[in-house]
Amino acid sequence: MSGGDQSLHGLVHDATIVLCCGTGGVGKTTTAAALAIAAARAGRRTVVITVDPARRLASALGVNALTNEPQPLHGWEDEAAVAGGSLDALMLDSKTTFDQLVAREARTAEQAERILSNGFYRNISSALGGTQEYMAIEKLYDLHTSGNYDVVIVDTPPTRHALDVLDAPARLLRLLENPLFRTLMLPTRTPLRIVGNALQGLLRNIARTVGAEVLDDAVAFFRAFEGMESGFRERAHAVETLLGQPTTAFVVVTTLQRDAIIETRYFADRLHELGHAVNGLVINRVLPKFGSASPESLRIRAASLAVHGSPAGPPGLSDDARQAAATLADRMQVHAALRAIAVREGELAHTLGALIPEASQCEVPLFATDVHDLEGLSVLADLLGRSEDQAPEAE
Amino acid sequence: MDLGSQLATSRVVIVAGKGGVGKTTITAALAVAAAREGANVLIAEVEGKSGLAEAFGKPPLDYHEAELAPRIRARTITPDDALVEYLQDHGLGRFARRLAKTGALDVVATAVPGIRDILVLGKIKQLERSNTADLIIVDAPAAGHAITFLTSAAGLLNAARVGPIRQQAQEVVDMLADDERVSVVLVTLPEATPITECVETAYALEDRVGVALGPVIVNSCTPDARLLAGKWPVADAATTEQLLVEGTRAEVELDGAAALAEACTFHAGRVTRETAELARLNRLLPLAQLHLPKLAGPIGLEELTVLADRLTYERAT
Repeated sequence: MSGGDQSLHGLVHDATIVLCCGTGGVGKTTTAAALAIAAARAGRRTVVITVDPARRLASALGVNALTNEPQPLHGWEDEAAVAGGSLDALMLDSKTTFDQLVAREARTAEQAERILSNGFYRNISSALGGTQEYMAIEKLYDLHTSGNYDVVIVDTPPTRHALDVLDAPARLLRLLENPLFRTLMLPTRTPLRIVGNALQGLLRNIARTVGAEVLDDAVAFFRAFEGMESGFRERAHAVETLLGQPTTAFVVVTTLQRDAIIETRYFADRLHELGHAVNGLVINRVLPKFGSASPESLRIRAASLAVHGSPAGPPGLSDDARQAAATLADRMQVHAALRAIAVREGELAHTLGALIPEASQCEVPLFATDVHDLEGLSVLADLLGRSEDQAPEAE
Repeated sequence: MDLGSQLATSRVVIVAGKGGVGKTTITAALAVAAAREGANVLIAEVEGKSGLAEAFGKPPLDYHEAELAPRIRARTITPDDALVEYLQDHGLGRFARRLAKTGALDVVATAVPGIRDILVLGKIKQLERSNTADLIIVDAPAAGHAITFLTSAAGLLNAARVGPIRQQAQEVVDMLADDERVSVVLVTLPEATPITECVETAYALEDRVGVALGPVIVNSCTPDARLLAGKWPVADAATTEQLLVEGTRAEVELDGAAALAEACTFHAGRVTRETAELARLNRLLPLAQLHLPKLAGPIGLEELTVLADRLTYERAT
């Protein structure tokens, strides 16, 4: 997938997996949905996984509510849509996905039941940091390998550590293989005296600190879990391989706000560290340019107009003319302020581009209202997925 | 309650809001405002990497206090460090580092959901009790998580029946419910989604945490929106060109008129929408509002001073 384009056309046509990353509030879910529409219109069998529980998106996509299983959407087709495309969507339910995973990996139904009813497991599946990320990846893997889809688009969770998605399986493995857990499991196989004094002390101390019943649950969980790690480990490796494929695309979504840019830099660095290129950069809510006058020149003109319109202005001016000059001075101040923001945004967009030179960069203009219906998504889909010859000249 | 008296009475102010609304900037501006009044301020950063120190021209924060400006200190409070400290304080010093290193916090945190938040809030409580500062300002996690963050203590009370963690949770619950000790300042933007989320967060915090809510700070308002709002009934190209011809023949080239009109139309539209959103906020949430202007440049000391001025002198509406 070539970089430096003005749209995500290539990615929409070629990628088999698209991960949308970005901090909260930058329009990531909307971007993922619009990319999915663009891919479906390009004739691809598409599924989008969202983690955003906002019902507005579901209704924008033409359904009452999304569930944990893909459901077909309608209304996204347009005249130009290539035949064969389809669009499914689902909203990730981490707990259900985790339950299914346990049921599949367990050796017996009893083992699955012991785990599913365990208090510690319930905490893991609903509250453990990183579980949502892990389950998003799990779902992604499942849908990708099902053969039902040409492309799976994922809206990553809006946490600060959204990229934990990438090593979520490995992190869960680390948790499961934690030496402390191994120790917790030892008493089933080993006489307690073999456990070092230090470890015994450690366990006693933990129990004293957090309450013994908590540890009992944990011990029961790890006993129940025994033998299942290898399945999880294989899965983690498979996911890692999948994410490393050249047809897996990473799209970073941002706005030109300072916080979002700090996060984008962080996302780009993390992705680069992990050996992934950033394939697309979507910059949402870009202000119009409002001409090309420098803010400073506008401010100077506004100031002189203000004098012109004041009693200190040229003698002999009609009241109307003075009033007009004063009003124009105000307006030009507004113009100057907006130009200042536009100039700054231009610089920031340039900085972002330089930071991720390999990415196709697509600027989405600020719309008067949030994108919240199919019509809005449709406009966005066209913008993100248009071909290079439809894109405007770069300024 | 106005902001001044709130800063004077609450010892801990928690700044909360949806991601991207400028919580960190507001945290810094509140600190500047309070420090100017002579208060010793400590900023607690609970998510890290916020750029808070950068705004003061200082290197990034860590677990040790750093002075950002006269009377303004800041530090991070991470769950891992808080756990180590907690264990050390409870006579488990020998194990503390090792526990943290082996990832034991993950184990414990999985067994006891919310314990990370309790550790952080517990540390804030300890700082509050130790009178280390007149005012502690907490830059809270992003909105959805802020509710979890602040309700975790109550949740833990149900989970842990005995032990020091339960006691810790109880003390945190007590602190949060005491409006002389803690209040929450919600930050939002004058836009539809952030305002809806702000209202939801406010009610969730009041119902589920019982924490006192200070004024809502609406950040990034169009500068002088209220001042200019009445003046822009129509701002189309025709009126602008008309003005150019009548008033300023000698000084303005007409080719700028289209861009000028575009800017004015944009501005007028935005002001109209913002005004409607602020009215909606006012209708849905009976809390005072403070409006801060959108600033063009990156946030530095100068910008913080501007915002602190507005926080100090602006009458809440």
